[in-house]
Amino acid sequence: MQRIGDAPWLRRSLIALAVTLSALFLLLPLLAIFAQALAEGVGPFIANVTDHFTLAAIGLTLFITLLTIPVNLVFGVMLAWLVTRFAFPGRRLLQTLIDIPFAISPVVAGLVYLLLYGRNGWVGGWLDAHDIQLMFAWPGILMVTIFVTCPFVARELIPLMQAQGSREEEAAVTLGARGFTLFRRVTLPNIRWALLYGVILTNARAVGEFGAVSVVSGAIRGETNTLPLHVELLYQDYNTVGAFASAALLALIALLTLAAKATLEWRATRREALT
Amino acid sequence: MSIRLDHIQKHFGRSQALSPIDLDINSGELIGLLGPSGSGKTTLLRIIAGLETPDDHPDCRILFGERDVTHVHVRDRRIGFVFQHYALFRHMSVFDNVAFGLTVLPRRERPSSGEIRSRVMQLLEMVQLSHLAERFPAQLSGGQQQRVSLARALALKPEVLLLDEPFGALDAKVRQELRRWLRHLHDELGFTSVFVTHDQEEALELSDRVVVMSNGRIEQIDTPETLYRQPRNRFVFEFLGDVNHLEGEVRGGVLTCGEARLTLDLDDGPQEILLRPHEVQVAAAPSADAHLPAVVTAVVPVGAEVRIELNADWMDEPWMATLSHGDAERLALGRGSRVYALPRRWHHYPDSRPDSQQPDVSGDRSAKSGAKRRESGATV
Repeated sequence: MQRIGDAPWLRRSLIALAVTLSALFLLLPLLAIFAQALAEGVGPFIANVTDHFTLAAIGLTLFITLLTIPVNLVFGVMLAWLVTRFAFPGRRLLQTLIDIPFAISPVVAGLVYLLLYGRNGWVGGWLDAHDIQLMFAWPGILMVTIFVTCPFVARELIPLMQAQGSREEEAAVTLGARGFTLFRRVTLPNIRWALLYGVILTNARAVGEFGAVSVVSGAIRGETNTLPLHVELLYQDYNTVGAFASAALLALIALLTLAAKATLEWRATRREALT
Repeated sequence: MSIRLDHIQKHFGRSQALSPIDLDINSGELIGLLGPSGSGKTTLLRIIAGLETPDDHPDCRILFGERDVTHVHVRDRRIGFVFQHYALFRHMSVFDNVAFGLTVLPRRERPSSGEIRSRVMQLLEMVQLSHLAERFPAQLSGGQQQRVSLARALALKPEVLLLDEPFGALDAKVRQELRRWLRHLHDELGFTSVFVTHDQEEALELSDRVVVMSNGRIEQIDTPETLYRQPRNRFVFEFLGDVNHLEGEVRGGVLTCGEARLTLDLDDGPQEILLRPHEVQVAAAPSADAHLPAVVTAVVPVGAEVRIELNADWMDEPWMATLSHGDAERLALGRGSRVYALPRRWHHYPDSRPDSQQPDVSGDRSAKSGAKRRESGATV
C-alpha cells in the first residue's frame, strides 16, 4: 500500500530540491566565509583576529552578552511566571507585548532608544544635565541588546509552564515549601531545559545583533565597536581578509550555539524516551 | 481535629461558585463532598486547604479545632492534600517525593537525614511501595502514584487530610481497593478527612457523613444511611441513584397517563412521582391499584440480581427495575415480554426541580407541602 504523497519520483525530487537549496543558500555562504578568511593563509588570519581593535570588539561583544543573559534570564522567568500562574486583567495584552521586539525592525528599536535617551531626547536631556551618557557608549548597546533579546526566554517558558500547570507547585505549598525553595526545588527542575534553550537563543542574538546596535553605538573603534559592527567597518576599509576573519569568528560562535542547541534537543528526546 | 466553616462564599468574576456555606466537621470524621461538576465541591475543599480564598465577609471564618485559620497561608495550615491527578514531582524519585515536606521544614524543626530516611521508608511501607522508592513517578501505575501522593501528604502527620477526587482517574478495581485502604488508614491514624467525589457510590461507601452539593449550595448533610433513606429533596434523591419517573394527571386519587393508571393519595392536578429501580416490581397481571403495562426491552443479569429495562408509550424514558434471579425465571422474562409494573413504594417532591431553592422535608406524610412516600401492599 502506498500512502498519499509517497510517490518515489516526488520524494526523490523533493529531497534533491531540499539538498540543493540548503547547499546553495545555507552551506555555501558559510564555507565562503571561512574560505575568504583563510584566503591569504593562516598567518594573516591570526594577525587580523589578534588585532588590537578586533580584540576590543570581541571583548565588548562578550561583555554585552554576559550582561544581557542574566538580565533576560531573570526577566523571562518572572514574566513567564506572572503570565502562567496568575490571572489578571490585561494578561493577554501583556503576552502580546512580549513579542514587540520580534515584531519591529531592530533599526527602529535603535532609533527609538536614540530618540528617548540621546542628548536631545526626552529622557536624554535630563541625563545629559546629570552628566550621564547612555547613547554612543556601552550602556546604550546593552539596553538595545536586552530589548531585542528579551522575548527569547519568556517565549520558551510560557508554553511549557502553561502545559505543566501549577499543580506541582500547589502540592509543594501544601507541604510547606516557601518562595525560593519552591522555585528552586519544584519549578526550576521542570523548566531547566527550556530555560537553557532560551539562554542559548538569547546568546546567539546578543552576539550577532547588528541593526539596533549600529544606531546607538556610534562605532568608535576600540570603544563602542562590537564584533558585527567591526566586520562592516573592516569591509568598508577594503580589508576583506580582516572582515572575513571577524565574520568567521561570529560564524564559529553561531555554529557552537547550534551544536549546543542540537545537543540539548537530543538529550531532551532521549529523556522522553527513557521515561 | 474538628473543622468549622462559617459563612464561606466565593465568586469567580461574576459567577457565584459558593453561596454562603456553614459546615461543622467533627474530629476524626471522614466526610464526603458529593455533587455534580460545577456544584462547588472542589472550590469548598480548596478553600478549606487555603489554596483558594473565600470572599471577604465579616462573618467568614475557618476554624481548625480552636485555631482560626481564616487568614493563615496554606503552607502554615498543616494540612495534607491529595490531588486528583496526583501532582507528584516528576523529576524526583518516589522517596524524594515523600520526603519533600520534611526536607523543606525550617532548619531547626527539620529532622536529621537519618530520621527523614526512616520516616519515609515507614510511610512507603504503609502504602506498600517501599520496593519502588527509587523509581520516578512516570514509571508507576496510576494506583501506585496515588498511594505515593497519599504517603507524601501524610509525611508531616497532618491532622486534616483533604482529597480532591482521589480515585477519579483510576479503574474500578483499583478504586475499590484504594477506598477500603483509605478507610482503614483513616481509622488507624485518626485524622479528619474531607474528600471530594462525583461518584455517589464512593461517597456512600466511604463517608461517615456525606455533604451533597449542587449549584454552590449544600443540599443535605447526613449519614449515608439517612441520606439514602430520607433524601431531603428531589435533587438529592435523583443524584443518589437511578430514578424512574411517572408523570400524569391525578383525578380523585388516580393518576392516569395514557393507558397507565395508579391509585395514590395526591391532590388533583398534574403530578409526578419517582421510584427507585428496586421499588418497581414486575408481574404478569395488573393489581387493583396499579395498571402499568410495559414491554421488556432488555434483561441484564448483574451479580445477585437481574436488571431489566421497561418501555411503554406512557413513559418519557424507559424504566429500570431490579429483580431477583428467581422472580425473573418465574416470569420467564425475555426481550419483548409483556408485563405489568407494580410500584412497591414511590416518592413525591412537590414543586422541587433539581435546582429548587427551598429544601423539602422528606418522609413527612402529614404535612401537605412535604414530600410524600407510600408503601403499597402489592406483591408478585
